[in-house]
Amino acid sequence: MEIRLKIWRQKNAHTKGKFETHHLKEVSPEMSFLEMLDYLNTQLIEQGKEPVTFEHDCREGICGSCGLYINGRPHGPMQHTTTCELHMREFKDGDTIVVEPWRASAFPIIKDLVVDRSSFERIIHAGGFVNINAGCAPESNSTPVNKIISDRAFDAAVCIGCGACVAACKNSSAMLFAAAKVSQYALLPQGKVEAAERVQKMVKKMDEEGFGFCSNTYGCEFDCPKGISVDFIAQMNREFFSAKVCKPKAE
Amino acid sequence: MQKLDSKIPDGPLAEKWKNYKAGLRLVNPANKKKLEVIVVGTGLAGASAASALGELGYNVKVFCFQDSPRRAHSVAAQGGINAAKNYKNDGDSVFRLFHDMIKGGDYRAREANVYRAAEVSNDVIDHFTAMGVPFARDYGGSLDTRSFGGVQVSRTFYAKGQTGQQCLLGTYSSLSRQIAKGTVKMFPRRDMLDLVVVEGKARGIITRHLLTGEIERHAAHAVVLATGGFGTVFYLSTLGLGSNASAAWNAHKKGALFANPSFIQIHPTSIPVLNDYQCKLTLMSESLRNDGRVWVSKEKGDKRHPTEIPEEERDYYLERRYPAFGNLVPRDVASRAAKERCDKGYGCGDSGLSVYLDFRDAIDKQGKKAIEDKYGNLFEMYEKITGINPYNQPMRIYPAGHYTMGGLWVDYNLETTIPGLFSIGESNFSDHGANRLGASSLMQCTGDGYFILPYTLSDYLSDQIRVPKFRTDLPEFEESEKKVKERIDKVLAVDGSQTASSFHKRLGKILWDHCGMMRNAEGLIKGLELIDQLEEEFWKEIKIPGGADELNHELEKALKVVDFFDVGRLMCEDALQREESCGAHFREEYQTEQGEAKRDDANFAYVAAWEYQGPKAKPVLHKEPLKFEFVELKERSYK
Ligand SMILES: Cc1cc2nc3c(=O)[nH]c(=O)nc-3n(C[C@H](O)[C@H](O)[C@H](O)COP(=O)(O)OP(=O)(O)OC[C@H]3O[C@@H](n4cnc5c(N)ncnc54)[C@H](O)[C@@H]3O)c2cc1C
Ligand code: FES
Repeated sequence: MEIRLKIWRQKNAHTKGKFETHHLKEVSPEMSFLEMLDYLNTQLIEQGKEPVTFEHDCREGICGSCGLYINGRPHGPMQHTTTCELHMREFKDGDTIVVEPWRASAFPIIKDLVVDRSSFERIIHAGGFVNINAGCAPESNSTPVNKIISDRAFDAAVCIGCGACVAACKNSSAMLFAAAKVSQYALLPQGKVEAAERVQKMVKKMDEEGFGFCSNTYGCEFDCPKGISVDFIAQMNREFFSAKVCKPKAE
Repeated sequence: MQKLDSKIPDGPLAEKWKNYKAGLRLVNPANKKKLEVIVVGTGLAGASAASALGELGYNVKVFCFQDSPRRAHSVAAQGGINAAKNYKNDGDSVFRLFHDMIKGGDYRAREANVYRAAEVSNDVIDHFTAMGVPFARDYGGSLDTRSFGGVQVSRTFYAKGQTGQQCLLGTYSSLSRQIAKGTVKMFPRRDMLDLVVVEGKARGIITRHLLTGEIERHAAHAVVLATGGFGTVFYLSTLGLGSNASAAWNAHKKGALFANPSFIQIHPTSIPVLNDYQCKLTLMSESLRNDGRVWVSKEKGDKRHPTEIPEEERDYYLERRYPAFGNLVPRDVASRAAKERCDKGYGCGDSGLSVYLDFRDAIDKQGKKAIEDKYGNLFEMYEKITGINPYNQPMRIYPAGHYTMGGLWVDYNLETTIPGLFSIGESNFSDHGANRLGASSLMQCTGDGYFILPYTLSDYLSDQIRVPKFRTDLPEFEESEKKVKERIDKVLAVDGSQTASSFHKRLGKILWDHCGMMRNAEGLIKGLELIDQLEEEFWKEIKIPGGADELNHELEKALKVVDFFDVGRLMCEDALQREESCGAHFREEYQTEQGEAKRDDANFAYVAAWEYQGPKAKPVLHKEPLKFEFVELKERSYK
């Protein structure tokens, strides 16, 4: 098949970017989206031009490295699919495909389609863990955990940290990202002990990093490649307000 | 000439680690703050080690090439993690786990190391649970387990088909906690390009900042490599595209011996190659063989749709050849059996290079819901990639390069032959012999990082407390940095016309054909020649757009390929000297009449550890004899 790519090019954080158009022939429907970009890059290099820079590693939808804004949607048109899992069979011969980086002030552009997501790291550093050292864990089965609760914690824990939720949100909110981590730990007895402090610290950090507020439009859930539910945002809000009411406070 | 001392303690197997640990020297808490440790890698091994060392109070610097430590390729592990908890009351024990690993590794691993890995496995599970890792549970609220290939007990803990992700995020959370505390400093987007050795000891590393291209020097009292596997040497593999051998390889060039480089596991159940632009093969977890049945048609070149091939015309060749283990034979056995059928013309798909993995019977018996609960995400992944729904028709699978049992040689302390340089996780060679059993890598990586290295490294550091902080203006750093810059300038200067990936792909093909699932002397010699030719062409034809002072993926790839040429050659040399078949290393000249691997314990029960001699010089082979005191060497039979 043949496609027309309108793709964002930007030399670095300090220069202005622009769209560049490329016509690609003989694209196989079996190619993944990133293989199609590899194919484009091979041609660019052979023509002595600079290839398009994009981030990727596992190429199987689990590391969260890849993340392109394709035809106006994070990770493209398919639900529950990362950019690297998207295949060209989902497009038609002759299609124009617009490819952009995530756009959010908390994710500054580094080059072409690569953005800086270190703000996510700092949200986790603020409290996305259980305070326990190696060596002091009790026997695993000494604390039974209801299967439904534990499965629910798992559903929250599947976040790959790609940032699609932020890219999907008109306010660039990171609520779904933070809520998934807060909920995973709040649900499990092992994480519950510090739930109140954790939620306050993580929410505070999220605000400091310049992510927007949540206005309940649920674009995040719709575009989350792992299908993480906005119910966790409600759970985080509950955790947050009950933490406010019954202290202990984050410093 | 170096001398190998494995430092295996004396005494009964079950007492070794306990007694040895009790005798290791400690560092006083006030002194720990003064000691610096570099950890390269943030997979299960690196992240667990760095956080455990941070918890102890050392000053730790951690490096990874991704933008976040959470993206290390451990995240992609699917099936599960082993432990000898015996929760199923099915006769499991530390000894049985140890024995399964020794046998699974075809008696080419050290007893003492393997036993220790099994011994700490239960602590690993407890620690993960305590950190809030949501492993699967049964209705009573206890942790659930499932079975994996090569064993007859159910000891594999799992979190759907995303066990690696959940475990890695567990270690990432403990790492984040130490970063927040300030004991660990994180350096993401760094490529380690050299090891710095000062007066015979590992004292630092040289990295390239991947965004700015800056060449940086980092010093420490000790260096830990946890840089993962190098299965990407085959180009097409189940690894992340950034996975590489460069960190370990450059340490090797500085004097660390490299052990058993030809022991590379080819995983039997990966999605087959679907198009020519493919650069990655996606694994379908081994756990699928619990319920999936592997078959091909009894008729050669059968082009019928799989659902139209009637039961009596199907050859369930694993069940036929290995009635005791059936579909759950170890990986090396399953891979070769698939290759054998395909080579004889019974393979399916257009290329004839795949076999069926069928869930029809399991769905009939257990219901779709039960299968979905266990493997839902894997089935989805398969459908996304192939466009085929495996609930309705069998998956097609084929073997793919997956796991490197070989790696940096380490002693019982996990220390390489360079004092102060340690290696943990997949980057070392230590626990899996010639073949790794499923779900035992996550276990080993985390055991190494949380529960073994902190003890042995403290022992090493105990006499370093008077050594002041290292300065990076020493001539050794100077020299190392200069060499790295020269390496970079050299590849950039070629200015040919072909991409790094195109060379990588051709190298991968040479190794797959000549040093893959089946090997023979003639092919290996041929392989060596072909690698030399390709390398020569590389230095005339490689093209890297852009410069060294910016984010430049093409440069990164080319630097990796440069090292892969060397690694590929050493793999062939290693496979050539080992005139026997064992585990994943199958030499066609050495097989039984039934086509099974024929080991030669009298002559080859050793670890092959190679010493680097210079760019074109033949490496020197050192042999560490393997002594088996606690298990009896037997033909590995799964029949
Ligand atoms: C698809 C797949 C499925 C698997 N499933 C299972 C399973 O179910 N059970 C099981 O037990 N095992 C499984 N394995 C094996 C297991 O996942 C790996 O062996 C293990 O996770 C390796 O962990 P590691 O910490 O050693 O390395 P990795 O997790 O690979 O981490 C390597 C780290 O080193 C860094 N690094 C590498 N090179 C450099 C460099 N030059 N400079 C700077 N940093 C560098 C990387 O950034 C990364 O942080 C699977 C493997 C694959 C590929
Ligand atoms: S490359 Fe890892 S999720 Fe896409």
